[in-house]
This record gives sequence, structure tokens and C-alpha cells, in this order.
Amino acid sequence: MTLANEQKGSVARSDERLKKVSTLTGVLRRPELGAVAGLVLVTVFFLLTANPAMFTLAGVVNFMAPAAQLGILAVGAALLMIGGEFDLSIGSMVAFAGLVFGTALVVWQVPLSVAILVAIAFAVFIGVTNAQLTMRTGLPSFIVTLAFLFILRGLTLVGLKWASGGATQLRGMKEAVAGSPLAPLFSGDAFPGLFTWLAKVGVIDTFPNGTPKVPGIPVEILWFVAIALLATWVLLRTRFGNWIFAAGGDPRAARKSGVPVARVKTTLFVVTALCATLVAILTVLDAGSTDARRGFQKEFEAIIAAVIGGCLLTGGYGSAIGAFFGSIVFGMVLIGLTYTSIDQDWYLVFLGGMLLTAVVFNNVIRKRVTGER
Amino acid sequence: MSTSQTPLVEVRNLVKHFGSVIALNGVSMNVYPNEVLCLLGDNGAGKSTLINTLAGVHKPTSGDFLVDGQPRVFSGPRDALDAGIATVYQDLAMIPLMSVTRNFFMGREPLTGFGPFKRMNMDEADNVTRDEMHKIGIDVRDPQQAVGTLSGGERQCVAIARAVYFGAKVLILDEPTSALGVAQTSMVLKYINQVRAKGLGVIFITHNVRHAYAVGNRFTVLNRGKTLGTYTKDAIGIEELQNLMAGGKELQSLSEELGGTI
Ligand SMILES: Nc1ncnc2c1ncn2[C@@H]1O[C@H](COP(=O)(O)OP(=O)(O)OP(=O)(O)O)[C@@H](O)[C@H]1O
Ligand SMILES: [Mg+2]
Repeated sequence: MTLANEQKGSVARSDERLKKVSTLTGVLRRPELGAVAGLVLVTVFFLLTANPAMFTLAGVVNFMAPAAQLGILAVGAALLMIGGEFDLSIGSMVAFAGLVFGTALVVWQVPLSVAILVAIAFAVFIGVTNAQLTMRTGLPSFIVTLAFLFILRGLTLVGLKWASGGATQLRGMKEAVAGSPLAPLFSGDAFPGLFTWLAKVGVIDTFPNGTPKVPGIPVEILWFVAIALLATWVLLRTRFGNWIFAAGGDPRAARKSGVPVARVKTTLFVVTALCATLVAILTVLDAGSTDARRGFQKEFEAIIAAVIGGCLLTGGYGSAIGAFFGSIVFGMVLIGLTYTSIDQDWYLVFLGGMLLTAVVFNNVIRKRVTGER
Repeated sequence: MSTSQTPLVEVRNLVKHFGSVIALNGVSMNVYPNEVLCLLGDNGAGKSTLINTLAGVHKPTSGDFLVDGQPRVFSGPRDALDAGIATVYQDLAMIPLMSVTRNFFMGREPLTGFGPFKRMNMDEADNVTRDEMHKIGIDVRDPQQAVGTLSGGERQCVAIARAVYFGAKVLILDEPTSALGVAQTSMVLKYINQVRAKGLGVIFITHNVRHAYAVGNRFTVLNRGKTLGTYTKDAIGIEELQNLMAGGKELQSLSEELGGTI
């Protein structure tokens, strides 16, 4: 573009009407601020009240594992929320994907790689169905996916009885994948050699017989970190990320500016369903079985983690790394309470309280930072 | 402008219904390279509906739509942008929660890197945004600030700068100066001239007859969803044009009442 080349010259790079943005203001502008603040608060709380064992390596792995399972869902939910839609079916999707994956392994007895592909195919189908129904009817995705919350849960129950011959549990996955070269990617602990060595040189705690107390990093934690980093990069640095913000901020304006809104939203619904499928694969291989209650109410926890992470319920604003921190807050409180003398059932009270605080906080921050009038 | 050329964009007998509402009822117009076509008419005459159809937002109910003499059907605004037709919409199509830069390049992001590592070139995007805004006469304090924090006129300038930057063949402006200050308005009119001189076709919608007469080569007047007529500049005077814009209503008496100020 060379229009008005004659005006090239020196374009001012500074403006006297611009207050120097301090690092502090820059930090305040970040949507994940709330989640980081929450994490700091919760950490301080447990440092003061909990048994110090909570913050040993074993303790950290202990609360990071449930955080990872929730967090993989929460990152998907966050992307979808930023794109302006909800998916209430992700919890049921975990159960449904577990059924599909388990059936493929135990009933059809296909190799692990094929079972994963079958599960992915079902996830793509469910994601596209959610997206198409939402966009073609113009109904809120909240309602459409609420229907699928029940449909998928029901299908899982019916399917489990069929696959297991009348029970609501399907077993035998561990045996089915034994020896598969892909299995270490989805189950067990990573870097066992490193941890054995660290134990030998005395960096980490060992049992009396010399084996390390923590044999490695559970793979789900690695998946969690990798997915959160990838999602953050996509959101902040890629064209597709710009399209997600645009589609969620104002779909009509985005479409008029050339953003393929329908394609973006369909992709996001599929990504969310794939996140649920990954959690299903990880937990099914971990437990060696699947049941109908898997992923129960996880859709709400994932959405709450995303909101704590700075996502607006109205779309167009939020952060994936925020959902990452939000999920860790969850894991810390869920497990941390067992290290204290506090009754575990306070967890639910905390959940609701955290959600309220986050929503109020997000609203204020958004008005402040984005200058909404 | 010679009429022996093929028009860049042409519509014939365009009809657009929204359910039972007939927004356009047989509109014909065209725009040639190197000319400014002013689209004039009362509120609700169908100007925005017409340009939304040209920009791919609406699909016409019936009628011919030709780009470079070839019949085209746009499946969405992305097709129109790919064909070199950029638009400043009356509602601006900006997203308040996103930064100036992200809005400027929305749908047309500059990329860098290879294969799966392709990413948005944020530095280049920031620089281009700042430069283009500076050319139009707005000093953006910080291209990363949210568009929601800009004034109405600044926001309009972002939309104009964006369309000018990306319009390769046809530039459509739907009341682009409605919120602009004196300096920015004359800047936009100067822009329209520059863009025309580069050989683009410009479709300019305005309610200000002086602005229209200052930059327009031809004037197409719409009234109640129909074309009232198309006039070249030498065939019509400014007074006559103003009367046509009002849908033929006699402005004279009102003008006298108000002391001749309109
Ligand atoms: N999406 C829609 N659904 C129903 N009717 C519509 C729609 N869009 C436009 N119309 C109707 O079509 C007519 C023409 O509207 P349009 O916006 O094109 O007018 P305009 O000439 O741009 O007016 P203005 O000068 O006020 O911008 C109006 O009567 C309007 O109510
Ligand atoms: Mg209009």
C-alpha cells in the first residue's frame, strides 16, 4: 500500500497524550490477573494452614493430577467461551468418549492407535453436530449443548449396559493396551529414569528401599501444560487466535470484516470435544475401566475455571493461561483440604464463592481496562 | 472516465427482500475505474442494503451482479475482500474489546514463519496501523489499546484507514464522515480523490451534498428502493441534486424558514 507516500517522512512514535504505561498497568490489563491472584491467595492460605507435606514434590504431584484433568477441559472451554459459545456437554462427552474408547479396546479388541482414532472420529462428529445445531437454529449454544449433556450421558448408560452385558462399568483396558508402544504417551509417569537418578543423588525423597517417592511426572500433567501453552500461543500469536476473539466479540462485525465465523466456531466446538476425549483416554487408561459417572459435572467446573481465568461470559475476552491457573486453584483446594483439619465438603462452598468473586472482578476489570462506557 | 471500459462492479435490477420487507426493488448502478460514484438518497432509501449486497453481506433476492463484466455470487464478505472490494460499513464493523491493530487486520492478518509455525506479524501490524492512522490525521496513542476506548470519530477513522489499505479495486464508504471533525473530514475527501487517482472505483454514500459534489464524478440517486436516476457532474447542478436527494420533496420553503442555511 503506497497511498500518500508523500507523507512518509517521520511518523511520530510517541504521543504526549499517552501516559507512560507502567509495568503495573500492563499487568493489570492482562485477563489472567484474577487467576494468578487467586492462585497466590490459595497458596498462602495452605502454606499457613496445611500440613507442610502438601508442598513437597509428592504433594504437588498429588494436587496437579486432578488439576490437569480439569485443566485440559478448562482450556478447551476457555477457547470456546472466548469464541462466544458454551459447551455444557463436555462432562458427558468425557463419559461418552470413555465408552467409545473402552468399547473399541475391550469389545472390538482393536489396537490402541485404532481405538484412539475411533474416539477422535466420534469427538469430531459430536463437536460438528453441536456447532451446526447451534449455528443453523440460531439458538444459544447453552441450550443446544444442555440437551447434549443429557443425550450423551444417557447414550453412555445404554451403551455401557450393551457393551458390558448389563453392568454400568466396563473393565479390562489396562490388559488390552499392555505392551502397546503408544501406551506410555497416555498413561503412567514420564521421565522415570531422571527421577530414579535424582533419587540416587539425593535431590528428591526416597522410600527406605531407595526407590523415589515420586516415580515420575504423571503424563496428564505434561499434556495439561502442553495444551495450555499451545492454546495460549494460538490465541495471542496466530491468525486463528485473532479470529477467535473477533468471532466472540461481535460475530456480525467479524463476518463483515472477512472472518469465517462459522468455521471458527465449528473448529472450537470440535476442539472442546477433543479435549474431553483426551481426558477420557487418560483417565480410562489410568483406572483401567470406565463407568457412567465419569466426567460428572465437569462441564461446570471447567467453565468456572475458565471464568476464574478471566473469560467473559459474553465472549470475546479471556485467556487460556488463565484457565490453566484457574484449574490449579481448583486442584489445590480439592486436595489441599485433606492436608488441613478443615471439612472437605467446604470445597463446594469454595467453588461457588470463587465463581461469584471472579465474575464480579472480571466485570470491573473489563470496564476499567477496555474503557467501556 | 470513458464509458467504453467495463465497469468494475455493476448491478442491474437488483431486488432484495427481508421477509416481507422490500428493501431494494429494482436498483441498477455501476462504477468504473478511476471514478467516484456518489450514492445518494433519503434515510431508508436502501443505500446501505445495496452496498451490503455489493460487499457480500447479503445475497440478492434477484437481479444481475457483475464484477469486471462477469456474473459473480459472493458467498460472504471474505469473497468480496478477495475480489478487492473493501467497505467502510455504516456500523463500522469494529470489535470494541479488541485492540486497534487486531481490528485493523481482522480477517486479513499479516503472517510470518513457516508451515505450522505461521503466526501473526504483530510488530509489522502495529507499525502499519500507526502509520495508516497517522496519514489520516489521527495519532494513535497505543495501537494495542482497545477500540472501545477510542472516540467515535477515531473509531470511524480506523475503519476508513483499514478499507483504504485493503481496497485494491473498489472502495465503498457508507457515510464515512458522519462523526468526523473538520480536519478529518477534509482528509477523508482528499483520500477519496487520491484513491480514485490510483485507478480504483469509489462508491461514496453521504447525506452532505457539498461533500458529494466536491469529489463525485457521477451521482446515483435512490428513492424507496428504486433508482431515481444517474447523473454526471456536468449534467446536474448542486441545487437540483439536493432536491433529488430529498426524494424530490421541495426543500425551498423549509430552507427559507431556516434562513437559507441548508
Ligand atoms: N435486515 C433487515 N431486515 C429488515 N428490513 C431491513 C433490513 N435491513 C434494512 N431493512 C430495511 O430496508 C430499508 C432500507 O434500509 P437501508 O439501511 O438500506 O437504508 P439507507 O438508505 O442506508 O438509510 P440511511 O441513510 O438511514 O442509512 C429500510 O426501510 C430498512 O428498514
Ligand atoms: Mg445507511
